[in-house]
Amino acid sequence: MNTGIALIDYKAGNLTSVKKALATIGATVFVPATPGELADAQGIIVPGVGHFGATRALDAEWTAAILERIGEGRPVLGICLGMQWLFEGSDEAPECPGLGLLAGRCYRLGRVRLKPDQTIKIPHVGWNSLDLRREASIVDGVPHGAQVYFTHSYVAPVTDDTVAVTEHGEPFAAIVQHGQIAGVQFHPEKSGDVGLRILKNFLDLVR
Amino acid sequence: MLSKRIIACLDVRNGQVVKGVNFEGLRSAGDPAELARRYNVEGIDELVILDITATLEARRALADTISRVARELFIPLAVGGGIRTEDDAAAAVEAGADKVSLNTAALAAPSLITRIAERYGSQAVVVAIDAKKDGDRFAVYSRSGSTATSRDAVEWACEAESHGAGEILLTSIDRDGTRIGFDCAMTAAVSSAVSIPVIASGGAGGLDHFVDVFTTGRADAALAASIFHYAETSVRTLKEHLRQRGIPVRL
Repeated sequence: MNTGIALIDYKAGNLTSVKKALATIGATVFVPATPGELADAQGIIVPGVGHFGATRALDAEWTAAILERIGEGRPVLGICLGMQWLFEGSDEAPECPGLGLLAGRCYRLGRVRLKPDQTIKIPHVGWNSLDLRREASIVDGVPHGAQVYFTHSYVAPVTDDTVAVTEHGEPFAAIVQHGQIAGVQFHPEKSGDVGLRILKNFLDLVR
Repeated sequence: MLSKRIIACLDVRNGQVVKGVNFEGLRSAGDPAELARRYNVEGIDELVILDITATLEARRALADTISRVARELFIPLAVGGGIRTEDDAAAAVEAGADKVSLNTAALAAPSLITRIAERYGSQAVVVAIDAKKDGDRFAVYSRSGSTATSRDAVEWACEAESHGAGEILLTSIDRDGTRIGFDCAMTAAVSSAVSIPVIASGGAGGLDHFVDVFTTGRADAALAASIFHYAETSVRTLKEHLRQRGIPVRL
């Protein structure tokens, strides 16, 4: 029996850093090989970087198992691409539906020209600040303006589920939470103490 | 607003951090994990480990050094030096690297950029370009700056981007270790030509060199080694200076 937090490996990037960060804050983590192994997961983390099309690997069986756990009230955290998958879909791979747990569709950051010759670079890579819009357990103890590490080209829209907004030429959802469902566009496992704090907040949601 | 990143580079040889001038004359600067820890406390945004003799001696970047550094740091870590194949990249990633930096092997076979980007995502692929001013162009060198190629840095950066590179690490061979300032003209030329971030490297000596490279040089990030290693300039002092000059940084 596997208990603890299930880290979903769908071959979208490497899990080493996420595992290391979770171990540091005392989480018990396992990587289920089959959807059946999710049965006793206390919480689920969907990590991932890269193309939205990679979520294709999360087939009907995986999706059903994940939705079943969420239906039972087990918390889920989406990281980067994993967060985008919680939405209805993405322009990056229109043929791939998202999980549809959060309303809205992901889209590409625009290229906004600020001054002549100065363009906002895409992908958005680096440390940027969190503009906290409302209280939520996932940002407990996170100071307004705290900086976290991003690397992505597509973003989720700002909706009622948005907890924190970040700007890169335009505002987008950096942190979302809807009850037991949470997501972060940045990489908490690469965001120093602030990132570890957010992962710990998720752990508290699981416990 | 997106911060300008300050990146510390650890040039590693035989498990020790070393630093030379113009790519030669190396002297020891300490243990990589120890330096990494200090930089992290001071607020470094990212670390690069370059196994500087790897290409010449056909050695792979030391997995051991990577994992020792990655174990306790929760900031991005890039690894370069001797990454020739997908397997080399996989070894670095498994040891804890978030990004791999390709140089000589990418010049020889640009498809390597694509293959690694398809496996780990473009964000995991940095293409390192070592270049030298040559008249009105910037000549690209391979094999740790020892071998001239026929390429121009601006053209090669654009090509690397089209192959799937997520970032460009641009080093001025002329400025490396000299502390006379970054090559802002070269950095601006490359940064204006690509849409991916450009990390400027080579020549950092004083605080205002960073101001220059982030303004006239249009760099998205700046990398330095010597000025941090010997504790002449702390990362925090540098960032405070940049903030006072209106440059966004993470403090």
